[in-house]
Amino acid sequence: MASVELTNIRKVYGGGVEAVKGINIAIDDGALCVLVGPSGCGKSTLLRMIAGLETITEGVLKIENSVVNDLGPAERDIAMVFQNYALYPHMKVYDNMAYGLRNRGMPKGEIDKRVREAAQTLELGHLLERRPRELSGGQRQRVAMGRAIVRNPKVFLFDEPLSNLDAKLRGQMRVEIKNLQRQLGVTSVYVTHDQLEAMTLADILVVMNGGVVEQIGAPLDIYEKPASTFVASFIGAPPMNLVHVTANSAGLLLKDGTHIGAEGLAIPAEGAQIGFRPEDLEVVAGSQQHIGGLLLDLTVRGVEPVGAESYVYGDIGGDKVVVRVAGRSVVEPGDHLRVIVPKEKLHLFDAKGKRI
Amino acid sequence: MIQNNPIGRLIAHFVLILGIVVVAFPIYYTFVASTQTLQEIIRPPLSLLPGGHFWENYSSALFGGVGRIGGVGVDRLLWNTVVMALGIAIGKIIISLLSAYAIVFFRFPGRMFFFWLIFITLMLPVEVRILPTYKVMVDLGLIDTYTGLTLPLMASATATLLFRQFFMTIPGELVEAARVDGAGPWRFFKDILLPLSKTNIAALFVILFIYGWTQYLWPLLMTNRNDMSTIVVGLRKMISFADADTEWHLVMVTCILAILPPILVVVLMQRWFVRGLVETEK
Repeated sequence: MASVELTNIRKVYGGGVEAVKGINIAIDDGALCVLVGPSGCGKSTLLRMIAGLETITEGVLKIENSVVNDLGPAERDIAMVFQNYALYPHMKVYDNMAYGLRNRGMPKGEIDKRVREAAQTLELGHLLERRPRELSGGQRQRVAMGRAIVRNPKVFLFDEPLSNLDAKLRGQMRVEIKNLQRQLGVTSVYVTHDQLEAMTLADILVVMNGGVVEQIGAPLDIYEKPASTFVASFIGAPPMNLVHVTANSAGLLLKDGTHIGAEGLAIPAEGAQIGFRPEDLEVVAGSQQHIGGLLLDLTVRGVEPVGAESYVYGDIGGDKVVVRVAGRSVVEPGDHLRVIVPKEKLHLFDAKGKRI
Repeated sequence: MIQNNPIGRLIAHFVLILGIVVVAFPIYYTFVASTQTLQEIIRPPLSLLPGGHFWENYSSALFGGVGRIGGVGVDRLLWNTVVMALGIAIGKIIISLLSAYAIVFFRFPGRMFFFWLIFITLMLPVEVRILPTYKVMVDLGLIDTYTGLTLPLMASATATLLFRQFFMTIPGELVEAARVDGAGPWRFFKDILLPLSKTNIAALFVILFIYGWTQYLWPLLMTNRNDMSTIVVGLRKMISFADADTEWHLVMVTCILAILPPILVVVLMQRWFVRGLVETEK
């Protein structure tokens, strides 16, 4: 158990490609930090640098307040769970878990105790004599976790550990990982491209894009106050709606020239984007008067019923939007709806996409 | 290919049996000849059924035959060949494993240069480089030694390439997991790479053992003393130019003895051999 501190970490590959461009993150002891972002954003590279599998071009990495930049992966006292589990195919489950301990010269009795304890925690007791290929995906995942647990390391590193499981199992394992991490209290760094996984697991969420951190914070804070249009559209499913507006003397102009009331919004001269979550829209009857909200006209393009709710896809002034409607929606493609967004639910981003 | 049409199956089986006959008949014929007396062999036609001199011929070839092939018994020739075949097979596998390991898993200056260097030797089989190699062996005083018989045939591009291809299919995550688990390069090789290569090693061993066993030109050049000769070379020496001087029945016995060990190796290692060729245990 330990804190992890990244100061100005950069990674430049041999060919001059800069994968990670100066990142600062401080992870408290026992916290679960999730790195999330689209593929190629540098999150895996960052994790591999923490693991010691990639060299750090520049910056300082501290684990438990000591600089570990130049230590090998085995000396950093970390354990890693890989995307494809990376179990040793020729070893039994028991040996898979014991291998790292044996390499450290731990006495046999202690190894046995730890492996059996971990197996019990993960309900792997009856599988210890099997080989990885005789196990299901979920069981393999558990063995990979077991291999990390027995080491009792300072830091757990997870590299998209659930991406190879089917949706149902993924949900289950997500809860299990979370519980296990709480129970063991080991500082963890978890990489994923799945925003749902990121939201549910994280104590600290780090949204990355193009090698830089877009935003760091508690998951719900990020959801409620995205720092940029990128974060706004990445976190949340369906993502936040973004509508381009420009201001003129009479009010606001949408992308296709539709005129709407300004409602006291301060729009910069070079234009802006107004963001609102799909659940924050309200459909209103045509003639009704509303104060304190942004009134918009929506043309329905399609409806997706998913059971408990429906997603209505459409566009507002030339920008595509989604509305989350409870129950089943009765609207049809081609319908025109009048929607209102309460003012306190509006997010405003400048022309460069930064939150105002 | 597998179908329930009886005529189709009949034809398939016929073709297969024909193939077996074509391959196996000469061997059977050799065996038949090895159980006849010299007179019966020389006077055609040779019977298609084994004769009654099995014990006589085999014991005289194995035990009474000292002095026949330049004063050396068949057992000595067989032993030489076993040493040579094993030496080549094991030596090649060790060298190829290590060189493939270096090329695939380590980043060092000139890595690609060395890879190509090894690759290019594919174009230089023993026969092409035989004179310079012979000269080197003479200068090193290795004529009539097991080292001389085996060493020049050990360095092998084929096996290195095969292991390289196999190693490249090993997922990078596995290598990284081992690093995180504290396995250094040597441990990784011993604990992970070798066990995973087991079936490949077995398959290569079979192929290389037979390759070594059937070498003719190199042992012919490398050995002057008859007691360092191999069974294949000895076999040739048993056949003299005057047909009547050749003890054909004993030549046939020696033939059978010469093909037994490779057959034994194939049969015993068949299970591993097939697995090595078809299965990828990952």
